[in-house]
Amino acid sequence: MIPASFEYHRPTNLEAALATLKEFGDDARVLAGGHSLIPMMKLRMAAVEHLVDLQAIADLKGIAIDGGTVRIGAMTTQHELIAHQGLAQAAPIIREAALQIADPQVRYMGTVGGNVANGDPGNDMPGLMQCLDATYTLAGPDGTREVKARAFYEAAYMTAREDDEILTAIGFEATGGGWAYEKQKRKIGDYATAAAAVILQKDGGVCSGASIAMTNLADTPVWAAEAGEALVGTACEPDAVGRAVEAMLARIEPTEDNRGPVEFKRHVAGVILRRAIERAWSRA
Amino acid sequence: MNDMTPPTREERVEKLKGLGCSRKRVEDVRFTHGKGNYVDDIKLPGMLHGDFVRSPYAHARVKSIDASAALALKGVVAVLTAKDLEPLNLHWMPTLAGDKQMVLADGKVLFQGQEVAFVLAEDRYIAADAAELVEVEYEELPVVTDPFKALEPDAVELREDLHGQDSGVHGKRRHHNHIFLWEAGHKEATEQAISSAEVVAEEMVYYHRTHPCPLETCGSVASMDKVNGKLTVYGTFQAPHVVRTVASLLSGIEEHNIRVVSPDIGGGFGNKVGVYPGYVCSIVASIVTGRPVKWVEDRMENLMATAFARDYWMKGRISATKDGRITGLSCHVTADHGAFDACADPTKFPAGFFHIMTGSYDIPVAHVGVDGVYTNKAPGGVAYRCSFRVTEAAYFIERMIEVLAIELGMDAAELRAKNFIRKEQFPYHSALGWEYDSGDYHTAWEKALKAVDYEGLRREQAERVEAFRRGETRKLLGIGLTHFTEIVGAGPVKNCDILGMGMFDSCEIRIHPTGSAIARLGTISQGQGHATTFAQILASEIGLSADSITIEEGDTDTAPYGLGTYGSRSTPVAGAATAMAGRKIRAKAQMIAAYLLEVHDGDLEWDVDRFVVKGAPERFKTMKEIAYAAYNQAIPGVEPGLEAVSYYDPPNMTYPFGAYVCVMEIDVDTGTHEIRQFYALDDCGTRINPMIIEGQVHGGLTEALAIAMGQEIAYDEIGNVKTGTLMDFFLPTAWETPNYTTDFTETPSPHHPIGAKGVGESPNVGGVPAFSNAVHDAFRAFGLRQVHMPHDQWRIWKTAHDLGLHG
Repeated sequence: MIPASFEYHRPTNLEAALATLKEFGDDARVLAGGHSLIPMMKLRMAAVEHLVDLQAIADLKGIAIDGGTVRIGAMTTQHELIAHQGLAQAAPIIREAALQIADPQVRYMGTVGGNVANGDPGNDMPGLMQCLDATYTLAGPDGTREVKARAFYEAAYMTAREDDEILTAIGFEATGGGWAYEKQKRKIGDYATAAAAVILQKDGGVCSGASIAMTNLADTPVWAAEAGEALVGTACEPDAVGRAVEAMLARIEPTEDNRGPVEFKRHVAGVILRRAIERAWSRA
Repeated sequence: MNDMTPPTREERVEKLKGLGCSRKRVEDVRFTHGKGNYVDDIKLPGMLHGDFVRSPYAHARVKSIDASAALALKGVVAVLTAKDLEPLNLHWMPTLAGDKQMVLADGKVLFQGQEVAFVLAEDRYIAADAAELVEVEYEELPVVTDPFKALEPDAVELREDLHGQDSGVHGKRRHHNHIFLWEAGHKEATEQAISSAEVVAEEMVYYHRTHPCPLETCGSVASMDKVNGKLTVYGTFQAPHVVRTVASLLSGIEEHNIRVVSPDIGGGFGNKVGVYPGYVCSIVASIVTGRPVKWVEDRMENLMATAFARDYWMKGRISATKDGRITGLSCHVTADHGAFDACADPTKFPAGFFHIMTGSYDIPVAHVGVDGVYTNKAPGGVAYRCSFRVTEAAYFIERMIEVLAIELGMDAAELRAKNFIRKEQFPYHSALGWEYDSGDYHTAWEKALKAVDYEGLRREQAERVEAFRRGETRKLLGIGLTHFTEIVGAGPVKNCDILGMGMFDSCEIRIHPTGSAIARLGTISQGQGHATTFAQILASEIGLSADSITIEEGDTDTAPYGLGTYGSRSTPVAGAATAMAGRKIRAKAQMIAAYLLEVHDGDLEWDVDRFVVKGAPERFKTMKEIAYAAYNQAIPGVEPGLEAVSYYDPPNMTYPFGAYVCVMEIDVDTGTHEIRQFYALDDCGTRINPMIIEGQVHGGLTEALAIAMGQEIAYDEIGNVKTGTLMDFFLPTAWETPNYTTDFTETPSPHHPIGAKGVGESPNVGGVPAFSNAVHDAFRAFGLRQVHMPHDQWRIWKTAHDLGLHG
């Protein structure tokens, strides 16, 4: 569990970090909270010659809420997400999800930016950000650009981010309505066997809007528009929920691992999603 | 004045903090301040660091090893391979089970993670970099991970070094991958009882492979002083004296020139009983270089390569009369020992004490046969928080009882009570040859059932089943019962030894002139709290406060010879030695007191902390006064000083027992569970420190929870370890751990000086069947008889699925 030798860089501003990335190209990786990259380096599954630590860049931290718009700096920790009162009002699903990530020690170090940028299908935040229809801000040598979370993930660990770009912030509109983040895992610290992020709008007893995403059931998070559409215009009665679940199950592609075989995961995915919809509806 | 009032007898007893006192653990001050001193904390001047090149394959021929790139790296001192160790005859080493094991790959590798080369470097980082630069060329061979397939006629021969040897240290080998067949009991009589029985239940019970996984991994620091010829080895050793003897026999260094030290140990659970290639390599490297050498494995190495536990396939048959009186029990075990037979058992018992498998029941006739088998898995087979193979035996009988209850259509609690050994039958001679020392099973059982309102639970369960059938709930309720009997405290030298060393233990006491003391023992705590509890035993024996007694273990230069700490043997054996040595101190103290009080020693009687003249309570000498006199007065016929040593050879094992009830809710749709209640009644004989007992029970139950509900060492079909990190190897945190209710009865051991039996391992032995039986019991109404552990989410889900509960 000892990593190969590497150079450690600790820039104090974004420009310096981008310059370091440009200088070392493929040999450089940015380090956020370190809870994915450092274990991979210790296992010698990731060889990084130049590690660019973003901890000292103050501009990358913090949560800003402006009217209905939320902007979260990439280096904001999971703990800070949980503790932020304004965020709990604007998007309570974030707090519910963050509390289900690992344990307090990890949440003091792990960042939202690292979680969404790494492209690990097991991470909770990518699916959640797709549910929220969030936008990622990417800074690169030629300035910044924005990419929708729903368009960011290409395959496991493969994203729309270029090697010389840094994900700096996440933005989305405050949610309203009912919400639920439901996650089944084997133990504290585990990735999801299946997890569902659900946000529902209710208007006069009828579902007027729905966004549904699931995690760790394919090589990317799965946001299924048709699952949400199955609920819109209904009272989320069992038949409608069943159609939403069916729509989602048609989209997921789980693989067998130590958590269990495919058949089990598909079954649990349906149960977890059903529970998430029921809970979100009860809060809507 | 109140100040002048002499303390009452009760106050004097309380001040001793002796037997029965929930004294706080004296060790915890340093542990909670981060001031423990573990092997990895030891840093010696000029120390080198070792790291292993390990095999990625489970079975392969080693064609070549090229270390040139590693040796070219700055800071690399040497790369050792089997060829370097061969001239010293250290490329193989003996195992505790009478087999031998490669220290470094000699021509082939037999399991994934096997040690191939040992890299020696100036620092730990360079060693790790260099290990990656060693190029090993392998030729893959067919892999056998299934012990049944290993015994098929055309199975590949794993141990070519044993080619043509049709017998081993434990008798005949009937196949090239067969290690031994060990039997106990009466086969014909058992077959007769079963074949003529009214009811027979038959089942294959698998106790899966798992691992003790102590928080501190294994490691050693060896330091050869070439000037004075003395070798010092610090290491994670549960039996430091045995390590010294083995090191002397292997290296040829005289035993007085070897000092073995076990510093603080961060949990052992059997994992630190065996001898590992890392220890040997660090010692050899230090002898060769003349510099201290440290080797500390990482978590993955610990899980992949050091000793596993269990992996017993137990095919059982149990017979009974129609009304539930058990008439016979038979078991055949296929035991997967991995690539080398490195089980840590007393030498004469290749299946440990598995023949305690008749459990708490009066079974007239029984037979057991155990086939040991080689496979392409890591060696081991240690007693993970249990006495030797006792947890396997307890799991087996407690599952067979449940299966028999199903066969009989009988309540499993009633079936147990009907067959318990009765109080008046002790000492009880079991069908498989043990003499149970004492017990009162019915009293414990009734207390347990009453405490949990067993009948109420069964009513609730029946209602739940009905509600489930009506579609009102998706959760089932399981009630897991266990009544276990352990056999611990190995053991009598006449039949228990390790590599010829009798399994006695020892205590040496020195009383200081001012009335405090130091006692040294042949055991070594790994978290059990010996420094606390052994001082309590002594306090009650010699009348000095436990706070004034230092307990020291683990340094072979100072401690008397002992066989170490595992199998719950410390209290039964070293605890007995402590009491006996204390009594020697008291005997001499009595003579000194008689001289001081000018009476005949027969005129004195012992009273808590002093000798009193019979009939004259105002005339006494306290132990403190006597200690001072022992060093400053010339007493005719009595040597100066106050010291004693005792080597204790126990006349029998001790037999702790307990009654556990687990109440579990199971979600049939997700396979998740919730433990609503866990009641644990333990009878460990005389209770030394109730707080430490409770802590031991909590810890042991949590390890039992882990094993039953998810913890395993799993391999794929080509021998890759699938559970090599703590992401996949289940180690419960506070979150997964339920609340436990502890309780006790107290049935002293008749042969132990203070009646104590040992408790550290009981909760693991009894806990695993309690958790597992709860899972089984939840599905009993739907036709489940037996599924294999671990009961992780997908396996529970699959059970529900296979029973048609998903519609």
